[in-house]
Amino acid sequence: MTDIKNPYLPELATVLRVIEETPNIKSFQVLFNDPEKMKGFTFQPGQVGQLSVFGAGESTFVINSPPTRMEYLQFSVMKAGEVTAAIHNLYPGDQVGIRAPLGNWFPYEEMKGRNILFIGGGIGLAPLRTLILFMLDNRSDYKDITIIYGSRTPPDLCYKDELKEWEERSDVNLILTVDNEYPGWTKRTGFVPTVLKEVAPKPDDTVAITCGPPIMIKFVLEGLAQLKFRDEDIITTLEKRMKCGIGLCGRCNIGSKYVCKDGPVFSLAQLKEMPDDV
Amino acid sequence: MPDTGYLPKEKVKDFIRELAKDAIVHVPCLEGETVVFRPFSEDRELCLERPANTPPKSIIYPQSETLFSFEHKKDPEDHQKMSVELKVDIDAPGTVIFGARPCDARGFVIYDRVFIDTDTPDPYYKKRRENTLVVTLSCAAPFPGCFCVGVGGSPAGKEGTDAMLTEIAGGYIVEPVTEKGKAILNKPMVEDGSTRLKDAQQAQQKAHEAVKNPFAGGMPNISPELFDADPFWEQALSKCVSCGACTYLCPTCYCFNITDEQVYGKGERIRSWDACMFFHFTLEASTHNPRPTKFQRFKNRVGHKFVYYPEKYEGAIACCGCGRCIRYCPVSVDISEIVNDLGGGGKKEQQPAGSAKND
Repeated sequence: MTDIKNPYLPELATVLRVIEETPNIKSFQVLFNDPEKMKGFTFQPGQVGQLSVFGAGESTFVINSPPTRMEYLQFSVMKAGEVTAAIHNLYPGDQVGIRAPLGNWFPYEEMKGRNILFIGGGIGLAPLRTLILFMLDNRSDYKDITIIYGSRTPPDLCYKDELKEWEERSDVNLILTVDNEYPGWTKRTGFVPTVLKEVAPKPDDTVAITCGPPIMIKFVLEGLAQLKFRDEDIITTLEKRMKCGIGLCGRCNIGSKYVCKDGPVFSLAQLKEMPDDV
Repeated sequence: MPDTGYLPKEKVKDFIRELAKDAIVHVPCLEGETVVFRPFSEDRELCLERPANTPPKSIIYPQSETLFSFEHKKDPEDHQKMSVELKVDIDAPGTVIFGARPCDARGFVIYDRVFIDTDTPDPYYKKRRENTLVVTLSCAAPFPGCFCVGVGGSPAGKEGTDAMLTEIAGGYIVEPVTEKGKAILNKPMVEDGSTRLKDAQQAQQKAHEAVKNPFAGGMPNISPELFDADPFWEQALSKCVSCGACTYLCPTCYCFNITDEQVYGKGERIRSWDACMFFHFTLEASTHNPRPTKFQRFKNRVGHKFVYYPEKYEGAIACCGCGRCIRYCPVSVDISEIVNDLGGGGKKEQQPAGSAKND
């Protein structure tokens, strides 16, 4: 047999830095142990990776640092199950495994020269962050950039330093919201889909990219339709339980499409062609 | 060398012994009342009279296998530092599957597209598949629930087979299908069977005509409207108990799980069969579940075999019609009946494939 690459075998990597984003979300900056691998590694904004803690297992996360900033790869992880709990126990210097890049990516080439509207909720900002930073690193390629981002409470907002930075930039329009009033919070309150209606961005020459909890996505999609966005101009990136990451193991399929391989990025136009078990 | 061999019945065991000289030969064996594939040994009770209860899929795609082992090691210089070592060892000895049925062999072809003909081939499956010789035994008559002819197969179909045996008076005609299969004609127990090939062909034709085709139009023809109608699935699946037996017995089901097991810093990453019929299969850590009901899960199973897989692979159906899920379902769910009903309520009485089509 000719030697083929083993798609299940992770590349060893070391945790460089751990950032506590929120009470239950941490970001992990990692480096491949093999410097050659790190140097040769390429990926596209929106692609995901399988992060392993040997002995606990592996889970899929988007690489949320952009390919324009290759000092490390960053994954943000919400503590929700066994593997994510093991990941949350990692400290700088700990060994992990990475299988990446997997899946497809945001069609950023087709977004060039257009207005960009990001709509995120909670940890759903992670995949958007990759594209936001990528676009900010190629700022002249895109027109207006608007970001609507919300979480349950102010402490639940991810990437607080960057939010501050984006808020201060004149070439980014950042709109933050939290579900309810909160001591010290002076910005908007209300669910993300409600705020989207209030802000009512114009659909003209605009691409909307959204990610968040399924229920938020559902109402954001409805909101965008009411604002007359075209299905082709609405992009989302899906979350599913995944294991193999290469379209084999059978759990992340929506009809004949595997979210891990044919996705995770889909336009609303594509989703409408697919069965509804999202 | 003749193209066709003949293996006298009394020499079958010798023939298996001969194959076992340089390979592990898995044969259907009678154990209590069930027939299962086991590595051949003298004390086994060979059973070629009926298809095995379980397909031979586990021989190439084991129910559970180690993808790699890992070991956490302390750095001898700096005890604060740990490293991890990964080891891959793909166990793929020379293997023969003897006495699989044509539907079983066809199952491997359905797997090949998924595991081998992709941009990320599965080295575990691929290596075992390459090191395995599949010697099938064509079916002389259908068994309850069999419907291979309805999904493009046949009791003497040769897809996925390296060499096929067909029973005739006194023994078996041996028809090689692949180069690999041709080699078995050289075994000393195999005589020239050229003159009796037509007897085998007649037997094969007779068997083909005897298999019932459950589909009104001859082939599955799923109406997209019915397929997406929840009430259809709720009605069809009300008795299903979500036990998943159908998937474990299926020669074309291949869903799997990947888990880690470790003791004292040493362990293995293991791949095991899983089943889309289980609630937890798609359950996400957030508690969101895209297929929370048995109806949705069974729809996915039927969808994968008869809609989604064909969409990806030029119309090929991912069901080989072996009938095991029908024979062994504890509550008698019949996938062939469900698929026929999805065709829009075609004729339900079963027609032998050979009889005139009923318009």
